[in-house]
Amino acid sequence: MSGENSEEYLSVNRNTRITWEGCSVLLDVNDGDRLVFSRLTGGSKIKIGNKNCSLQPLIGCPFGSTFQVEDGEDGPHLSRMTSSVEGGESVDAKNDHSPMEECRDNRAIVDNNTAQSLTGEDIDDMRRKGASGYEIVEALISNSATFEKKTAYSQEKYRIKKQKKYAPKVLLRRPFARSICEAYFKKHGERIGYLRVDTLSLLLSLANISPNSDVLVVDMLEGLITGAVAERLGGTGYVCNTYRGTTPYPVGIIRMFNFSDETCQRIVHCSLSELKAISTSANKFEDDRGSPQNGDVESPSAATSEESKGGGIKAGKKAPSEAINSWKENGFSSLIVAAPKCDAWDIVKELAPLISYSASFVVYHQYLQPLATCMHKLQTEKMAVGLQISEPWLREYQVLPSRSHPVMQMSSAGGYLLSGTRI
Amino acid sequence: MLPVDPAVKLSFNRRITAGDLVIVYERHDSMKPVKVAADGVFQNRFGAFKHSDWIGRPFGSRVLSQKGGFVYLLAPTPELWTLVLSHRTQILYIADISFVVTFLELIPGSVVLESGTGSGSLTASLARAVSPNGRVFTFDFHEQRAASARSDFETCGLTDLVSVSVRDVQGEGFPEELTGRADSVFLDLPQPWL
Repeated sequence: MSGENSEEYLSVNRNTRITWEGCSVLLDVNDGDRLVFSRLTGGSKIKIGNKNCSLQPLIGCPFGSTFQVEDGEDGPHLSRMTSSVEGGESVDAKNDHSPMEECRDNRAIVDNNTAQSLTGEDIDDMRRKGASGYEIVEALISNSATFEKKTAYSQEKYRIKKQKKYAPKVLLRRPFARSICEAYFKKHGERIGYLRVDTLSLLLSLANISPNSDVLVVDMLEGLITGAVAERLGGTGYVCNTYRGTTPYPVGIIRMFNFSDETCQRIVHCSLSELKAISTSANKFEDDRGSPQNGDVESPSAATSEESKGGGIKAGKKAPSEAINSWKENGFSSLIVAAPKCDAWDIVKELAPLISYSASFVVYHQYLQPLATCMHKLQTEKMAVGLQISEPWLREYQVLPSRSHPVMQMSSAGGYLLSGTRI
Repeated sequence: MLPVDPAVKLSFNRRITAGDLVIVYERHDSMKPVKVAADGVFQNRFGAFKHSDWIGRPFGSRVLSQKGGFVYLLAPTPELWTLVLSHRTQILYIADISFVVTFLELIPGSVVLESGTGSGSLTASLARAVSPNGRVFTFDFHEQRAASARSDFETCGLTDLVSVSVRDVQGEGFPEELTGRADSVFLDLPQPWL
């Protein structure tokens, strides 16, 4: 697909479920063990184990497809898996029978590294002869002296462990507010102020983000919130990033979202001083052609940046003066503040007058104290009603027959939200 | 309720008019939905409030009763609606609703199926997420509750976005004509695996 076609895709198929050349994707290697943001161009690659595989075969596939590494004449490449190819068939068959009495346990198993009789060289040899990952796993199992002594659950865990190493799977995920937030929280939590996905979703709800609203945002989380809001606006309304001083905060994460042109046009910025200025004379600021480039979470060789795509409309332009005037006259419909390093009350007291009466606002902070102070001040100054501080709580479960339980580690810190309605 | 209708969009210039839905805020845990009428009166423990005093005021105003008590008049949002709607069934609250909307990956224009409708708490938030040109098809097997839900959505101004039908989805599945049209599905049923 040529560059022009991808431009069309972006402006027409906002909700498309099939990848296209140049789109941004989230690659999930081995069920969440590793998350990589990437862009599907002819030259982009991903490193799995010690092999570099081209991402070319992923173009044109539906999101949600899985791929495995196969050795071909040109070296390792990714091929799409359909359910009949899954090496996990035998595992599923075992799960079908009703749970029988398990009489094995691990009393006779001694962990002294002598159980496996296949050596590393044997495995390399098998690979050179063209054995598939599934076959290698089967060979490892049959050459393991202790495999039969293990319980059924233990055997399953062993098989899955070997599959992850010798037959890794790559899941092609669609970048969306949810998947992007989860990936960043896992890998680079500090860059998004440790905003967990349930906190982000609660924030979007409490702020009453709706199409055709004008949302004022102070986003110091690299654009995660700006992107999530723009996604909910769907090309209507505006999301305006405001900032003290003269430089907008960086919003690099927006590029991961695959936004259409209309949505990009709605992402704008305007300095606080200009929003508060009484006179609305002509723009003194020159047009800012987009946000400073920020490093991706992990992009091995995806060298494309927005410019090389042929000058499509980028997000993050300066707000047009008609919009600024309209906001001064009508006020913004919602306010979101996510500034982990700043004092919440300082920011809120300056921005509250800019939002309409009865508009919802939300302040996110990693810690409780600044929000408590802000809430108290808002109450004594009678600037808001319905004030509430929320602490969202998220627990992940492993769900398997007879083995459903919370995952061993749980996040305890997803941040706090102060929400209310301006009066 | 939703700003996609420009007449309802929040603004410094917007004034309460007869026919508007307002949320009367007494305390953070005591609020009521009221439809404004030119000759209406709202009574609570702070006194009697004439709707005619409300008409022409902006949302967010503090209004006084005849004996001097006060309440605030807030513009309705799906969050406030969830807190003030009448419960015919157990409802979902904001924490779960927000999670559902994010995990269903809803954006404007999406089509979402919901069963059961219950009291319509989640439905209002789904409607907001998919407006202005998406749709929510919601089903409940109880005819009277489906009718109450329809009337609630009328009160909130959501009828263009929400389609309520009476159907036992657990027993019969979703209607044939929706096959292939939905972007997301939400099930709140006793035995969803059927």
